[in-house]
Amino acid sequence: MIQAHRLTKRFGSFTAIAEVSFRVEEGEIVGFLGPNGAGKSTTMRILGGVFPPTAGYARVAGYDVVDDSLRARQAIGYFPERVALYTDMTVREYLGYVADMKHVPAKEQAREIARVMDRCGVTHMGHRLIGTLSKGYRQRVGIAQALLGQPKVLILDEPTAGLDPEQVTEVRKLIRELRGHSTVILSTHILPEVEATCDRVLIINQGRLLAVDTPRNLNRRLRQLSQIHVEAQAPLVSLLETLRQIDGVVRVEATHTDHNVVAVTVLTDPTKDLRGVIAERVVRQGWPLLEIRPVQLSLEDIFLELVHRPDEVSVNPGG
Amino acid sequence: MKTTLTICKRELRAYFGSYIAYVLTALFLLLTGGFFYSWLRYFILFGGYVLPSGLWQQVFLDMRYCAMIVLPLVTMRLFAEEKKLGTIELLWTYPVRDLEVVLGKFLGAWLFYVFMLVPTAVAPLVFYTFYQFDLGPFLTGYFGVLLLGTAFIACGMFVSSLTENQVVSAMGTYGILITFWYITWNESVASVAVIEGLLKVSLFDRFLNFARGVVDTQDIVFFVLFVLYFLFLTLASLDARKWRGVGAAS
Ligand SMILES: Nc1ncnc2c1ncn2[C@@H]1O[C@H](COP(=O)(O)OP(=O)(O)OP(=O)(O)O)[C@@H](O)[C@H]1O
Ligand SMILES: [Mg+2]
Repeated sequence: MIQAHRLTKRFGSFTAIAEVSFRVEEGEIVGFLGPNGAGKSTTMRILGGVFPPTAGYARVAGYDVVDDSLRARQAIGYFPERVALYTDMTVREYLGYVADMKHVPAKEQAREIARVMDRCGVTHMGHRLIGTLSKGYRQRVGIAQALLGQPKVLILDEPTAGLDPEQVTEVRKLIRELRGHSTVILSTHILPEVEATCDRVLIINQGRLLAVDTPRNLNRRLRQLSQIHVEAQAPLVSLLETLRQIDGVVRVEATHTDHNVVAVTVLTDPTKDLRGVIAERVVRQGWPLLEIRPVQLSLEDIFLELVHRPDEVSVNPGG
Repeated sequence: MKTTLTICKRELRAYFGSYIAYVLTALFLLLTGGFFYSWLRYFILFGGYVLPSGLWQQVFLDMRYCAMIVLPLVTMRLFAEEKKLGTIELLWTYPVRDLEVVLGKFLGAWLFYVFMLVPTAVAPLVFYTFYQFDLGPFLTGYFGVLLLGTAFIACGMFVSSLTENQVVSAMGTYGILITFWYITWNESVASVAVIEGLLKVSLFDRFLNFARGVVDTQDIVFFVLFVLYFLFLTLASLDARKWRGVGAAS
């Protein structure tokens, strides 16, 4: 449904993305993950027809985004990173304008607009000027305009950025509901977001695609050791000694000591969840256990891992 | 074609949805009305001339300046505002041609100009109820003002596509229009041959015939070419996003 082949974009002498290739199959939800300036928006703009690549090509719904630009754009819904809408129009007026721009037939427009407004929870805001809406509602109107016309492919550039936690959950739910109806590519720099919504994840850093895989595989491949953070009121040496004796613990590192509270990181075999055992041992010694939690692999960790040992991670670009 | 109308409608919505349409119209009417009133008084007090050269020519020549002052303020937002707000990015993801966008915006600004122009005819028409003058030169003058304004709009839209700053957009348009104007009152500085060449491309001198009530196809062709040239330049300027990108960085 989406095919990128050795996409390269240069701005002057600066290369924003280089040789990016991947495929997204019909009905898939794919996450595009990378730090600031990685080239996510640049890639998505090329797919959305905003500007052409300097080299390489991309196809959306079978149409080349440069040679067959109008047909490719007819097949997509695009949500821009910077949600800029015409603030002087009401929500309904604006969606009417978008329906015209997307060539939605006149007699289907009212129904289609009602559908996306309902989908995005803005029905009761139909008569409000967009300029008077809160950021969250503007974001929803932005998503509504992307959904309008039932495009085969949705390109969503950071759809949850800047929303409150409740709305983030709602938007993620909305995206999950699209599964099966549309092919979705969405960008984010939040790792749990792709885990929550995506079938596969593309990881990009400094304009280069580092990995393409399912979130779970990626996590498993990258995480050779699980980390557990433990805080207790205990003498440091005895605590370390006790934890080291647990079966499956590879290493224990003290991270912080403050009066009689100590914090340690326990590195364990990733196939076992040792939190229960650790808690039990600590408590059995009569030490108050203050905190115990798994340490999530952060995006930064993933990049460090990928940059340092890229060959250990499967990269299977299509196209 | 339909897309052009959609965009045109959206532009008109932007003008009339805010106070800017009314402020600009008021300014335009104030200026044109003031000039008409003073020339009419002048004509009545020191009469004896024929109406076309005595009154209409003066009125239409001054209307040039009204259009020159107001139209850059009309066109300044066309592309600059969309670039600044970032709405232009989304515009390029819809299945529309660049040409349709350009024509739609042009048409929107043009219709707004027509909207401003219509009430300026009210005072002369009231005058007509007292004195049935020959409508020919009067209508020719209006036709000229319309053509001249159309040229200003094309020029202003091009400048607007170059920047995301509306002030720069208006100032740049004033700069270009004043340059064209300057060519006309520069007769004594250059040689006759140069002047004759310059006068051929001077917007303001081309307008002179219309103000006198004379229609010359050459003048019409000139204005049409002028407009087409700036529409083409606008398209070329929008094309720059293909290598320069969009957003705050561009
Ligand atoms: N129009 C432009 N002119 C010059 N450089 C640009 C332009 N647009 C983007 N860049 C550069 O290209 C690189 C990639 O930018 P891009 O916006 O694609 O990153 P991103 O992955 O979307 O980042 P973020 O997470 O911050 O949104 C950045 O270094 C950016 O500065
Ligand atoms: Mg981005």
